Amino acid sequence: MGDKIFSLKNLIILLLLILAFSIPFWVSSRFILHIIIMCCIWAMAATSMNLMMGYTGQINLAHGAFFGIGAYSSGLMILKLGINFWPALALSCLITVFVGLLIGLPALRTKGSYFAIGTMCFNVIVTVIIDSWEGLTEGARGLLGIPKPAPIPLPFGKAITFTSIGANYYLILISLLITIFIIYRIVHSMMGRSFMAIRGNEELSESLGISAMRTKLLSFLISTFFAGWAGALYAAYIGFLSPEISDYHVTFELLTFCMIGGLGTMVGPLIGAFILTIISELLQGVAVPRLVAYGFLLVSSPSSCGEE
Amino acid sequence: MMVLFIQQVLNGIMLGSIYSLVALGLTLEYGILQIPNFAHGALYMMGAYVTFLLATALGLNFWLAMIVAMIVLGLVGILVERLVYRPLMLESHLSSFIAAIGLIFIFGDGVLNIFGPDFKRFPPTNAQAFHILGITITLQRILIIVVTIALIVVLQLFIKKTTMGATIEATAQDMEGAQLMGINVSRVRMIVFALGTALAASAAALIAPIHLVHPNMGGPVILKAFVIIILGGMGSIPGAIIGGFIMGLVESLSGGYISTSYNEVFAFGVLVIVLTIRPTGLFGAKG
Repeated sequence: MGDKIFSLKNLIILLLLILAFSIPFWVSSRFILHIIIMCCIWAMAATSMNLMMGYTGQINLAHGAFFGIGAYSSGLMILKLGINFWPALALSCLITVFVGLLIGLPALRTKGSYFAIGTMCFNVIVTVIIDSWEGLTEGARGLLGIPKPAPIPLPFGKAITFTSIGANYYLILISLLITIFIIYRIVHSMMGRSFMAIRGNEELSESLGISAMRTKLLSFLISTFFAGWAGALYAAYIGFLSPEISDYHVTFELLTFCMIGGLGTMVGPLIGAFILTIISELLQGVAVPRLVAYGFLLVSSPSSCGEE
Repeated sequence: MMVLFIQQVLNGIMLGSIYSLVALGLTLEYGILQIPNFAHGALYMMGAYVTFLLATALGLNFWLAMIVAMIVLGLVGILVERLVYRPLMLESHLSSFIAAIGLIFIFGDGVLNIFGPDFKRFPPTNAQAFHILGITITLQRILIIVVTIALIVVLQLFIKKTTMGATIEATAQDMEGAQLMGINVSRVRMIVFALGTALAASAAALIAPIHLVHPNMGGPVILKAFVIIILGGMGSIPGAIIGGFIMGLVESLSGGYISTSYNEVFAFGVLVIVLTIRPTGLFGAKG
């Protein structure tokens, strides 16, 4: 809004983008690239969670379930129905949003702690169903052998393939950038302002003509859409799914990412997801109780939450 | 047919006793925190481990182990209140919420790292079985019901008949008002936390000889306790007791007649339906 194009902020963003896009050219270690890809997936999920929790102020403890629903629905469509990856990706986002609508309509009638517990119970229900419905989801054995994204055909007989880890990185990086861009635009629009009005004071914003139910539902659905997207990318990248991917511990981890980086800020979930994912991937194999450390971070950080 | 039914009802009452004790602690804590104490399930799990350690490593008698575990967990509850929730008293509720989730990580993963993920089997305790008219029930199950009722009666007497109990009720109703009347609110908070976690520990100790002890045992129980206090009205003591028994009966009857693998879906399904119709719970204030 009237900002100079060559402001410091834009310069930093440009440098970060150049850095992000050039990574596969100077990072040769598959392991490091894998960690960065995981960071991007978790950053995507955390960013979408932040829209509902940070900007709209509703403690949605079912985000992991939506991530899992996105992952499982795309995995199942590809494996059991033989659908191509790309339509499966789009459909799995829509399925996630549809489930979000079914849950959001009753759950959003409640407020505060009731909403948090209601969504958390829903999260458990999803995990139990995935775990028990063996005919569909293979239950605890997990869903094995989900193929990497299908190649995109180009003219002149060429195609973009996703067999290399670098190509997968670009796919996930671009998805993350789209997520950040769209959520940034939403937050800085009238819609975003109505989200923050709800966060500030629900009754007052209703008196100003903002429909609390519609606004919260909209924020909820947008955030489930991106959670489903991130889940579908996770399924194709890792190639294996087990019911734990929808567990409420995933929700709690995403919450930790948002909290550490700063709830209700654009960069917070990104920073949190990157730092904590890198630390926990590097600590794998080392006998450090990772979640105990997360716990202490959470217990000591609440005073810094959000920009109230 | 009738025998199966009575057997399931007895099991339901036994389970319901455990749920009532956990929900009672949770509802008391809700009264002063104004948020559900998510860490309650982790403290319940710790109670089972402390009892298990005392009974196996030190070879204490089961009842002695249970009482010591209640005292230990009561002290842990006080520490949690002092170190974690007290500094957040004036912050938004979201802060206490997040801190509670942090506590789950600390206790859950801490126990997992110290004792490992495997299930611990409690030494057989009060395993004598009684056979009456085709119904089989072990002594431990009978004792669970008896001890729970005794604990509930003692708690009721404590809250209704003593001054300390009255101050707890007053604080839960209106913290500022209680403070103005000269009630030492910080002492009340301490006592409530000690009571709440000791109740959770007693429930965990009672069920430990029947179910197995493992790091994730708190999760399902605490979620059901949440459902109970939501349905029974947050902060309501009779709601928690009655709700606990109803939950136990629903679980054992649906498990006996329909399917056990979906019993959480039934419990939480009921909650989702109730919240759809009454967003503040069955007995909660209209809001």
